[in-house]
Amino acid sequence: MTVLDATPALAGHWTPVCAYTDLLPERGAAVLVGDRQVAVFRAFDGALYALGNLDPFSGAQVMSRGIVGTRNGEPTVASPMHKQVFSLISGVCVDNPRVAVPTYPIRVTDGTVEVSVA
Amino acid sequence: MRLVVVGHGPAAHRLIETLAGRGFSGTVTVFGEEPRPAYDRVALTSYLSGKSVEDLTYPVPDGVTVRTGVRVTAIDRARRVVTTDAGDSEPYDVLVLATGSAPFVPPVPGRDLPGCFVYRTIDDLDAIREASRGARAGVVVGGGLLGLEAADALRGLGLDTHVIEMSGRLMPRQVDEGGGSVLRGHIEALGLTIHTDAGVRSIEAGQDGRVASLVKPDGETIGAQVVVFSAGIRPRDELARDCGLEVGERGGVVVDEGMRTSDERVYAIGECALAGGVVYGLVGPCNTQAEVAAERIMDGDASFTGADMSTKLKLLGVEVAQFGAMSGALDVTYMDPVGGVYKRLFISDDAKTLLGGVCVGDAAPYDALRPFVGRPLPGAPSDLLFAGAGGASAELPDDAQVCSCNNVTKGRICAAIADKGLTDVGGIKDCTRAGTTCGSCVPMLKQLLVKSGVDVGKALCEHFSHSRAELFDIVNVRGITTFSQLIAEHGTGRGCDICKPVVASILASLGRGHILDGEQAALQDTNDQFLANIQKNGTYSVVPRIPGGEITPDKLIVIGEVARDFGLYTKITGAQRIDLLGARVEQLPAIWRRLVDAGFESGHAYGKALRTVKSCVGSTWCRYGVQDSVGMAIALELRYRGLRSPHKLKSAVSGCARECAEARSKDFGIIATEQGWNLYVGGNGGFKPRHADLLASDLSTDDLVRTIDRFLMFYIRTADRLQRTAAWLENLDGGLDYLREVIMEDSLGICAELDAQMERHVSTYADEWRTTIEDPDKLRRFVSFVNAPGVPDPSISFETERDQIKPVLIPLEVTR
Repeated sequence: MTVLDATPALAGHWTPVCAYTDLLPERGAAVLVGDRQVAVFRAFDGALYALGNLDPFSGAQVMSRGIVGTRNGEPTVASPMHKQVFSLISGVCVDNPRVAVPTYPIRVTDGTVEVSVA
Repeated sequence: MRLVVVGHGPAAHRLIETLAGRGFSGTVTVFGEEPRPAYDRVALTSYLSGKSVEDLTYPVPDGVTVRTGVRVTAIDRARRVVTTDAGDSEPYDVLVLATGSAPFVPPVPGRDLPGCFVYRTIDDLDAIREASRGARAGVVVGGGLLGLEAADALRGLGLDTHVIEMSGRLMPRQVDEGGGSVLRGHIEALGLTIHTDAGVRSIEAGQDGRVASLVKPDGETIGAQVVVFSAGIRPRDELARDCGLEVGERGGVVVDEGMRTSDERVYAIGECALAGGVVYGLVGPCNTQAEVAAERIMDGDASFTGADMSTKLKLLGVEVAQFGAMSGALDVTYMDPVGGVYKRLFISDDAKTLLGGVCVGDAAPYDALRPFVGRPLPGAPSDLLFAGAGGASAELPDDAQVCSCNNVTKGRICAAIADKGLTDVGGIKDCTRAGTTCGSCVPMLKQLLVKSGVDVGKALCEHFSHSRAELFDIVNVRGITTFSQLIAEHGTGRGCDICKPVVASILASLGRGHILDGEQAALQDTNDQFLANIQKNGTYSVVPRIPGGEITPDKLIVIGEVARDFGLYTKITGAQRIDLLGARVEQLPAIWRRLVDAGFESGHAYGKALRTVKSCVGSTWCRYGVQDSVGMAIALELRYRGLRSPHKLKSAVSGCARECAEARSKDFGIIATEQGWNLYVGGNGGFKPRHADLLASDLSTDDLVRTIDRFLMFYIRTADRLQRTAAWLENLDGGLDYLREVIMEDSLGICAELDAQMERHVSTYADEWRTTIEDPDKLRRFVSFVNAPGVPDPSISFETERDQIKPVLIPLEVTR
């Protein structure tokens, strides 16, 4: 696997990024944390996920604009550029498991979404 | 080896194609007397209804020399040289005669008058078309298969058409008396006049020296300006005769089972050959003969030992089929003179073996029963007449012939499916040639796929076991308005990038709200989500609608100012509008505010929807134009703008037959005529170009619009995901004729519903961009970063090329 973003995702330093209600069900949004772009997703059941926003296949910062769905029950997002599907849980590309995007811890505190990127 | 082929028709084409496919290493020279290379003669009549010569022409394999417009005048077998009317000669090691046949013209007085024709070549058709201008009536002499085809052509050219047949019924070789009477009923209902047990005493000229009338032996005179002879064929065996090859008493070059003549270096194939005492005039046997000759030339040992003469065709809209014998000890007959259906099966005296059958008006039993000829009946005869042995192919023996045009058995098809892992009809066609000529066995090929355990791919994705067409019906009939409801009741999981946009498109086609309303917003691909087209660096392009390609200077200036003020790259598109590229998501609302204020609307370049209706300048300005193509294009574009469909829809309107708008490369194309509009459907540019087929001619504006309405709605209702109209039409069982029946004759009784659906679309259309910029909730999504709404994406940057911006791409290292 090629890890494109080698920075370890250390929990502990949480950055508030938006209100939970800013996120639409089954849609993503991009957030800027320092100079890092993170794609945050709200699944149908209300669960939140955070991935790197960079699509490793096209090199564009667009993962947040993909279609959210499931593959065999696992929540996924499809890159809007060339439609490769990634697991929202592991960041691994379902269509090509040698490629993955980074994942980040995400939580809600008092209605505010927080991510931890370092 | 030097191979020379005399004649360049379908049989010669099949020969050289087979040789090329098997790696023939010698030189091949083909002489054709027609001014053009070989073309599909079976489809000849379609030339008059709009197919071009190019559509019909077969490709010439690489390495083959074809000399068109050159006739071989003599064969010197001792020196092994042919000489031509061009004055040169060509030596050969092996010679193949594929000279075809000539129509038989009975020796009646007046048969050489101007206005008398035969029906065999494209030149013949051009001449008939020319003579039909200003003519009122035409007579076809001969009521067989080809005669009726010629009659169909004359009718299509607007002539009052008569058919004269010597025997007591039409198509005497294909149908019996009962079938003949039902067939006659169909054809007379179309307004043709049929004369059976009739002949021609003479053809009389008018004062201009051209044909004016035809006199029957009983003295009856038929006024007509065009006469077409189609009273049988005679083999073109004169070259063979002159060089001393053996020919049959009634014509035809005598050949053995290897298609070899009395000279071992000379073969004869196709309609000039007399094989086993028979001259074959059907494409299937002639193709087989060509393949046998090719095998033998390459030292193989294939044999031609006769052929199945079964026929299934549709003439003048009537299905006619005949297979096996046309008599038997017992028979079972069904006749419905009111409905125009006649079916008869011939059975052995012990009532166990199927001998043959005749069908008129409904040929369904043909596909299912033809392979059972000479075999035990697969069911009770009366059931077979109606159910057509439904599913009988499972019990078909392996040696039963499925494709009679190309002589392919069920066993060979099933073996190809299993060995090569074929999953669709296209694969079977590529591997076995089955279904590539007349196409009548295609439904059977589908059944064989299913029975071989191939999942023919109906399921849309892992979340729905339905096809797109089935989902459309479910949403339509059950009034479903959300994806959640649909997947809860009819699917599994939470959907994906395949089924969500499909359902979004179906909901949009059925007019269930703005595409960014509520839950629908989450179904859209990024292009529909941002109402713009994503580009490789994550920016978007903006394409305002310019209906028909007509734009005022003021509006052009607005586009220029917007592009300048937002720093966008501009390019004229192929669809007569202007693409503005390089916009970031947060710029889109501001750009569109300016455009909407200036009167622009969304161009839907981002959607699986109507794109543009392109036009030429038309009769308003052009000295050749016969109709206002710009006005029509604008009217159509405004009518169908915003219509969501299984794939993008493109259209064009040309103001005359010069076709400057390239309408025949569009999903629906319109070409003006003196009388109205010709409508073409199923065209495509792109990856697999296809010329559109003529659906209807000389339509009034109202009829044109109604026909397009129904065509589009029927396509939207039944097509697969991402299936353009070209592929949809090619896969539609029954093809263009079926489409005509459904949308012009309302054979399914759905036209009122299709009309109502289009009416709803037209009356509820609203510009997506205007409603978006007026809705603060929707606008909030147009930000690069939800936690920093004013900040542009820092990863997007541009350099300059030819005075405009160009994306700078981040180099990527990805292991794949």
